[in-house]
Amino acid sequence: MNADTITELRKVNKMTATIEEPHETLLSIRDLHVWYELRRFGFGHAGYVKAVDGVSFDLAEGETVAVVGESGCGKSSLMKTILALHLPTSGELIFEGKNLSTLKGNALRDYRFDIGYVQQDPYGALPPFMNVQQILEEPLLISGVKDKQERLDRIRKVMSEVKLHPADDYLTKFPHMLSGGQQQRIVIARAMILHPKLIVADEPFSMLDASVRVEILKILSALQEKYQLSVIYITHDLSTVKYFSARIFVMYAGNLIEKAETRSLLENPLHPYTMALLAATSDPDARNADTFKEVPPGEPPSLVNPPKGCRFHPRCARIIAGLCDEKEPLEFEPAPEHFVACWLYQPQ
Amino acid sequence: MESRNLLLENPVLKTMDAPRLLHIENLVLHFRTQTGAVQAVDGVNFDLDYNRAVVILGESGCGKTSLSKALLRLLPRNVDKYTGKVFLQGVDVMTLNNDEYRKNVRWVGMSLVPQAAMNALNPVLKVGDQVAEPALLHLGLSKTDSLKLVYKMFQHVGVPLDFVDRYPFELSGGMRQRVALAMALITSPSLIVLDEPTSALDLLTQANIMNVLKRIKHELGTSFILITHDIATSSELADEVAIMYAGQIVETGNARDFFPAPLHPYSQMLMASVPRLRSESDPMFITGQPPSLANPPKGCRFAARCPFRFEKCVEEPPVFQKGNRKVKCWLHE
Repeated sequence: MNADTITELRKVNKMTATIEEPHETLLSIRDLHVWYELRRFGFGHAGYVKAVDGVSFDLAEGETVAVVGESGCGKSSLMKTILALHLPTSGELIFEGKNLSTLKGNALRDYRFDIGYVQQDPYGALPPFMNVQQILEEPLLISGVKDKQERLDRIRKVMSEVKLHPADDYLTKFPHMLSGGQQQRIVIARAMILHPKLIVADEPFSMLDASVRVEILKILSALQEKYQLSVIYITHDLSTVKYFSARIFVMYAGNLIEKAETRSLLENPLHPYTMALLAATSDPDARNADTFKEVPPGEPPSLVNPPKGCRFHPRCARIIAGLCDEKEPLEFEPAPEHFVACWLYQPQ
Repeated sequence: MESRNLLLENPVLKTMDAPRLLHIENLVLHFRTQTGAVQAVDGVNFDLDYNRAVVILGESGCGKTSLSKALLRLLPRNVDKYTGKVFLQGVDVMTLNNDEYRKNVRWVGMSLVPQAAMNALNPVLKVGDQVAEPALLHLGLSKTDSLKLVYKMFQHVGVPLDFVDRYPFELSGGMRQRVALAMALITSPSLIVLDEPTSALDLLTQANIMNVLKRIKHELGTSFILITHDIATSSELADEVAIMYAGQIVETGNARDFFPAPLHPYSQMLMASVPRLRSESDPMFITGQPPSLANPPKGCRFAARCPFRFEKCVEEPPVFQKGNRKVKCWLHE
């Protein structure tokens, strides 16, 4: 059975699935913790870096979510755990009913075939000593596609999907001969070639020029729609998320502090940190030069010793003394499907 | 500490009054490579007044960074052609020899915050000592006096004063960027060239740095040349905008006129490619790629990608004046 029939079957399965249940959960994360141990001089315990500290969410098939946060908030650790590059310290990752931490050997390999990874820096992500054909052929070889012609056909097909045509002009080129936009398309093609169900995209547009960025964004969203892919889009750029994601998760110091539908979050942000992020995002406008931006003081906390209570409280202007600095906020739902971990929204 | 202008104090160089802070005429910087001369900066003209900020916007590879290097005369070895006139406060600094340039222009007349300056700090020196160095060398101050000046600069850029004794690795990215800025400010130059000052920083840190730049502009009256590809962030500081394409400036104008209605087709498409948070517009992209600077096309360099191209575009367009704006495009003849 070749891969295209598999994709077809998956589509059929999906259609039948939609009749029974509109949103089948693809990935379910429950109370995930990823801690890194710190050692003093190579031995002796010196605490933990709590990079991901109690994250839970469900991702439906064909759903796109954006994880928004600053560097050091743990979004890369979350991503690497989903890619099965890190083991969770505690908590569960369930992908299509299988618990990730129980997968070993071939089962783990098959799981990785189901997940595509689009890296941030396309030039760094492509091996400089391989040409485009070798780069795209490797996943096929590893997944056991033995027929040479079939491999070539699939490479041509995926290259036309990322709008690199004629494909044959590019096959013999090495990464350094390509422009940044073309490199990023090869990275996307490589992620797509095994027909994954989930794409994890780590700031896929941030290294690209403005004019190319939109093109790559459109290619990726066209692919998402065509194959009904689930996408986890990791970024710090709030201006692009609305073109690409149905839901947004805002991450701060290892926690997801606000989870909502994109429109709801952009129009009605609830958490003070989300408000600060939105206020700091500029649109090109000459009037910007007349005013100062309001930015919360200080910097994100150390993940070794995060502040007690709400992790944002030392920087928050709306702190409730005695509560925010004492007790970790629970997750409230002040509006339907709009979750926020902030004491301001505690029901009376 | 009084702000001193060594450029104007120098009796040899004080040749004329300074109507403008900066006036650039036909600046050219070509590099010699195996594939021929790369025309990184090819006939750039623009003016900048005192206490103004100009942003130079363009895609990567359009010659933005080379322009900053040409202004500061920080040239690599493979320079093929380096000509033109750069009047800084009325003095043509291109006529100075390297020694005079280093003593009188770089740091004291204009200084540069290079790309990724925050990662260029010396890792084994305390940041206070690094910031003090230009003051020691160029202003001839004593160690105590320059350290006093460092404290003053740290206040301007918002670095806690006890950070003078820290090493770069102890500082966050935003703080290191502020330190790099303090270093550029310490000699009180009237012009600072900033090359991508915020591109490696987080959103909130970017907003902080832009706030700092605005404050310095108000408090110290410094002028800025801000080189970036981040159009949205650049609008935070811009008084004037210059759009660069394939080694040339294709449009200049006041930011208030430019942002709502750019004139050159490239500027229009570049502006349309910016994803916006507060509008429903669908961003567009520009098809094709910028031309190779080793062998740029004859005529208008944007013609191959331009939707409005017509017969005239095979000839190189001159710069047309439209009110107080300038545009290098036949459509505005």
